[in-house]
Amino acid sequence: MDPLVDRLDRIRGTVAPRNHNARTIAALTSNPGCGRRGLMDAAGVNKGAVAGQLGFPAGFGQSRFAIARGNAFEAQVKADGAAELLQLLRDRLGLAIPEVAYDDLSNVGGNASREVRYARTKALLARAASERDDAGTLFDHPMLRLEIAGYYAYLEPDLIAFRAGGKFHVVEIKSFAVIDGQADPGKTAAAATQSAVYVMAMRELLAELGHPPESVSHDVVLVCPENFANRPTATLVDVRKQLTVLRRQLSRLTRLESILDALPAGLSFDLAYDSDQQATRPADELRKAVSTIDARYSPDCLGTCEMAFFCRDESAGSTSALGRSVRDDLGGVESIGTVLGLARGTLTPGAGQEEIAGLLRFAHKLRTECLDGIG
Amino acid sequence: MSILTALARAEAVESGRAQPLTTVRHTHVAERPLVLVPLSLAGEAAAPLAAIVGTDPGEPRLLVVANPRDRTQRFDFVAELARVVLSYVDGCARSVDTGAGGTKLRYAEAPQVIVPNRGGVEFVRLLGRSTRFRRPFGPYPVHRTVPILGQWLTFLRERADHPGSSMLLAMTSVLSEHWATGQSGLEDANLAALLGWIDPPGDLDGAGAAALAEDPLRSPPAGPSTDPTFDNEILAPALAAVARSIDDFARERALAALTAAVADQMRPTWDLTWQAVRLLRTRPAGASVETRWAMDRDVFTMYHMALAEGTALPQPRRDSAVAAAGRLDRLEREQARYDAQRALDDPLVMAEFRLSGEAFTGTVVAASPNRVDTSGKKAALRPHITVQTDDPVRLEPGAHLVSPARLAQQATVVSVSSVDVVLELSKGMGRSTKQPAPGSVPEVGDRVTYGPVTDAYQPPGRFPSRDDTPWTHGGPPPVIEYHASDNDAVEDWS
Repeated sequence: MDPLVDRLDRIRGTVAPRNHNARTIAALTSNPGCGRRGLMDAAGVNKGAVAGQLGFPAGFGQSRFAIARGNAFEAQVKADGAAELLQLLRDRLGLAIPEVAYDDLSNVGGNASREVRYARTKALLARAASERDDAGTLFDHPMLRLEIAGYYAYLEPDLIAFRAGGKFHVVEIKSFAVIDGQADPGKTAAAATQSAVYVMAMRELLAELGHPPESVSHDVVLVCPENFANRPTATLVDVRKQLTVLRRQLSRLTRLESILDALPAGLSFDLAYDSDQQATRPADELRKAVSTIDARYSPDCLGTCEMAFFCRDESAGSTSALGRSVRDDLGGVESIGTVLGLARGTLTPGAGQEEIAGLLRFAHKLRTECLDGIG
Repeated sequence: MSILTALARAEAVESGRAQPLTTVRHTHVAERPLVLVPLSLAGEAAAPLAAIVGTDPGEPRLLVVANPRDRTQRFDFVAELARVVLSYVDGCARSVDTGAGGTKLRYAEAPQVIVPNRGGVEFVRLLGRSTRFRRPFGPYPVHRTVPILGQWLTFLRERADHPGSSMLLAMTSVLSEHWATGQSGLEDANLAALLGWIDPPGDLDGAGAAALAEDPLRSPPAGPSTDPTFDNEILAPALAAVARSIDDFARERALAALTAAVADQMRPTWDLTWQAVRLLRTRPAGASVETRWAMDRDVFTMYHMALAEGTALPQPRRDSAVAAAGRLDRLEREQARYDAQRALDDPLVMAEFRLSGEAFTGTVVAASPNRVDTSGKKAALRPHITVQTDDPVRLEPGAHLVSPARLAQQATVVSVSSVDVVLELSKGMGRSTKQPAPGSVPEVGDRVTYGPVTDAYQPPGRFPSRDDTPWTHGGPPPVIEYHASDNDAVEDWS
């Protein structure tokens, strides 16, 4: 076995690696400089469970109304062999799609295992790709996979791969509304990154079959409800930028040696589940283990990483806990105590700190002068 | 953000309390603001679930939709909200400002709607967008107040983009402009946490209060999004119970339970918002707050009268290129003016300019108030003053400055040395060409501040007419005028 994978297995402990999905892979691209997160994700550690055991449970819940709405919209778009979607692709995007077939790959001959579905998806895509003409086929519930640090992550795009103009297209169905041509920028960006994961997985699959990466379009089709109705609208989203970022992140994950070398050999985040599935690992011991790897906490982590509340607690008293821009404004000085010491002149600036110390002293003088007697 | 704000955040961490970023309040707080705390149903574009609204902290008006996905019930809710909001808006137009000079009519009041956070402002936009094209006749008729509410909400949302306008306020934004907390700007978006730092309850410190505020059970989110756990465990069964109820009696009971559940979610935010209003009122208002509020009242007066006369401009779904460019230009000029006014009103805002060397404060060490410049055609009074300062001045000779104490007077930098600055003054000294009016020129020993900002009128940018929209911006728009047509009302709204 690959020694790296072996080492990561030991760090994770006795449980199976946490299965990645497009959302978690997309999340790898935020805060790439964080070694703690990089290692835990690569090892497939269940960060939510670790954070909970440490006493910092993360509240990443999803409302059932949002889930129900998402499912209902997806079902509507796909109904009757995705008739509504095809109409949209023809009208809105001007794609010349001939008569189409519709293949549901959600279960193959009664077998719904991921490997079987992946093999079936691959076979069907292979056939479609080798046909000369555009094979107008929509594949519903296809199964793709991507190798993440030694393990395959199986991915399920909403819908892929009709072929138009000699290229496959990934279709992503989201239930956030596009109102007067504008959608929530945060949600759109997240959808683009997730779609990029699918494009990448699909390109890998086709590369194995000997097709060039360009056979999968970097334009994904984003289908959303329009205005306040349930009527879908489609937009082409260029995900080239997201692809570049993803590729860089995923290649970094496998270059963990430098982080691993610095860690104690017996390091493990095993939660030591007993027969009742209760974690028995003492929190103190786990805290020590987690603290051996440096994190790079920033407030943005609160929205993307299950470990964030733990890391925030750990970084209390540091300027980065106040946000990257605050830290930059303070000249990159790490500790809040140092900042205040320099500002009040009670601390002698170290090498390279003279300039920021001068500014801080002046800022402190200004604040004192202006707030004197106001409180 | 600047080093001053960053330092204030560091101080807040150490002291456990938020630190002031201003010496005065720059936002107008109306005598009778309307506080609106909306909740929407997760997953939908703009499905109101409930709202708590009113002008009296002791008398919140609670509105609930029993089935947020039902079109009729949704518009019944909007009609109820319209009754509250429109009577408030019309109430502001009841008396006329008699102090205003000139021929222009100006109402004595203008509406001020306060929502807890930025999400509330977005809710106002979406509700305005989804209601202003409705019609009381034709297919899917609505109550006649619904489209009028839509127009007002759209109007208020548009005003919220104008720097210095106080007609629609997100409380978290107002508080963040006035205080620096010991947490990040991202965490400041939580009203309860932000207020916990500024005005912690009991003997808690800011960090302790903020930690409590993050627990959705103890401190429900300020909306419009609800807490997912609340959705799954309380709201969903409550909505289902209403839908299931077989007779009026059961329905009434189920509705009461639903109302109580959402009220529990909104009431803390309602109280916090009013607490913040009281807190803001304790701060003295900046000198130009009244001027900006008068501007708000002017705009309100014009729109109110135009609506009554039926001459209000349409509110299209999207601006044309020319209209958008003109609006952006207006917003930019308003921003510059707002920044300048704040700096002139508030030494702590001016301190930002002093920090960067664009402004300075010092003591007048020499003055020649009767200096006359004879180099031009006409002799002119051009006094010189020398100001000694410790500030790191980074100004070039020839730069134009103004002092907060003498807004009508212009100062030009003559020379800068490491310890002092020599300024030449013009204007604002009376009619005499030999003797400045008493007090118009700083005297030796005076402490003075000079900065680069001015709130003088700036001419608007020049833009082509609609018909001359350049091809880079899509060329002239195909439709000459946007007419809100009755067809808009047919738009699907599920």
